[in-house]
Amino acid sequence: MGYFAVKGGAEAIQNSLELMDFYRIKNATTVLEIDQIVSQLRVAVGKVMSEGSLYSEEYAAIAIKQAEGDLLEAAFIIRAFRTTLERRFVSEPLNTREMFIKRKISASFREIPGGQILGPSMDYSQRILDVKKAIETKADLDRLLESFSGKIDASKLTNISHHEKVIDLLNKEGLIQKANEEENRALVDITREAIRFPAPRSARLQMMSRAETGSLMSMGYSSMRGFGSVHPTVGELRYGTVPVKIKDPRGRIRHIGAVEMTEAEMITGTKKSNKEGAALFSIGYGLCFGQNDTKVICMGILDTTLRNPDTSMPANDQEFVLYHSEGIEAMGFTNHLKLPHYVTFQSSLKNVKAAIERKNKP
Amino acid sequence: MIEDKKYETQYRFAFIDEATKKEIRRKLLKAIAVPGYQVPYSSPEMPIARGWGTGGLHVTLAIIGPTDIFKIIDQGSDASVNACNLRNFVQTMTGVETTLDTQKATIIQTRHRITEEALSTHQIFVYQVPQPEPLRSVERYENKTRQMHAEADYAKMWVSLYEQYVRHGDIMMGAGYPVKVNGRYIMAPSPIPKWDVPNLNNSKAIHLFGAGREKRLYAVPPFTKVEPLEFEDIKFHIEDFKGTACFRTGNTKAFLDELYYDDGSKHFVINDSNYLDKLVQKENPIQHNNHYLNQLDNEA
Repeated sequence: MGYFAVKGGAEAIQNSLELMDFYRIKNATTVLEIDQIVSQLRVAVGKVMSEGSLYSEEYAAIAIKQAEGDLLEAAFIIRAFRTTLERRFVSEPLNTREMFIKRKISASFREIPGGQILGPSMDYSQRILDVKKAIETKADLDRLLESFSGKIDASKLTNISHHEKVIDLLNKEGLIQKANEEENRALVDITREAIRFPAPRSARLQMMSRAETGSLMSMGYSSMRGFGSVHPTVGELRYGTVPVKIKDPRGRIRHIGAVEMTEAEMITGTKKSNKEGAALFSIGYGLCFGQNDTKVICMGILDTTLRNPDTSMPANDQEFVLYHSEGIEAMGFTNHLKLPHYVTFQSSLKNVKAAIERKNKP
Repeated sequence: MIEDKKYETQYRFAFIDEATKKEIRRKLLKAIAVPGYQVPYSSPEMPIARGWGTGGLHVTLAIIGPTDIFKIIDQGSDASVNACNLRNFVQTMTGVETTLDTQKATIIQTRHRITEEALSTHQIFVYQVPQPEPLRSVERYENKTRQMHAEADYAKMWVSLYEQYVRHGDIMMGAGYPVKVNGRYIMAPSPIPKWDVPNLNNSKAIHLFGAGREKRLYAVPPFTKVEPLEFEDIKFHIEDFKGTACFRTGNTKAFLDELYYDDGSKHFVINDSNYLDKLVQKENPIQHNNHYLNQLDNEA
């Protein structure tokens, strides 16, 4: 009986939630510990912090556990939690040149200052299912750790230095296009003010840094494949920890910790006729929390496309890219179709029935 | 001894942080001051999915006080799953009294319906809005629609209505019929059926609209002119139930749901659950009074 089935929504929700918990634990396996998620699902935690727009490895891990591994859902939980937090400080601008580098590669030059450092990367892992992971034991892990620390040469650890970036080399040679003087350089905060269009670059980069990885990827890919014009070279891709500093009430700069970030500088040739000046290189920038090469590379592509607005190409269309790569909003709205729509449907039903009647009238 | 309270969840009154609530209230004041104008706002994430009533929640949580009495409906029903979920959330985060009684509520949050029962001056009606931009169907770009509103350039909208008439013999807009507010802005009344649209006109209550995903707030202040878009010769009309009666009350003057039973039989029942309950219990609820409903009386 349709009418009565709608009643009792509250009870249905309660039962559904209980079932969710039951399905999570029904096989009575060992409890999934939060520190296990933080350390063994490091990349997932990074993704949730990036899309959730809150840097907390622990809370991201809790959200991953709560969402049974659905990372977008976990990012959503983190975003909602973020709403309850008061903003007590605004950090000094992050200087990614101070990054403690764990990975640094360039596709533009064979050798770069400081060398190519592959660091931890899945790129050459040969995606062969490693069935031995199924029988890994604590003793195995201890052995691996021990053998790893045995390989560290303490005498080489003392010199941490910062290296010039690839873009510095190009800049010195005058190869990089200066930013357009007319470009809107206002610093807005998209978490405090709804984005307005045309959006300044600061808003675009903020939106993309929080965007859903897969969505950015598909739009970045579309630009390279033929539905756009940007096919860049990786100038430099860096992953590491960046120090965060705030100003205390007495005006002193205080170091409050470090965040894991991935950064990409993507080089594209600018399309200019000789009349407008020489065709120099332009830089597309990508930055996000955690280790996520795909996201920053695609963000770098889209940074470039969005600086060249063109509504004939989806990836060059600000409103298209920014509205539709916002994963939390896209997921919510596509799923809202599950909500009852019988009033709205009745309304269009009446229109259609009336149209049929008009048609059938002699 | 310092107690470790890290894992005790404690949220402030009405969940959202105070600075953001203040921001939302300021934007609401602006919305009231410029009826029908869409005010951009921060729209912080809620623990409810985008598209599931976050805009309505922002409004409710920003304006609610401990003495308010809260009612929420979804598709006209107090018992709908999403309404239950949001009621539970608001109640947990504020501790306010909740009610199913339209008369008793001071704040009524809704998705896709205005209550069948008339509203009064002590009430605030909060709409969950999926698409705040009435011009979106004729212009996809936000920066263009904002400009069109600024210049009151609604030609595309009128042409669209005209084309619908030429193609189908009527304006085919169903729920969310566009209206002109205070003689100035064209506004999306949220997907309420046409049946409800006339009840926005000159209403005693405050009507606040929250579109969370699209990050826009707008309002219809009390006693404000709200006119559905229509031509001199092609008039707006409400849904025609052709005298069909509610199978539980025999009432022919209310928005009806169409029900299909297991045996294949079709029944019609009053959509507004509280209005239906009151009629069944012979409490004589007072319906909105508008020209279109009066016409039904005259025809009967």
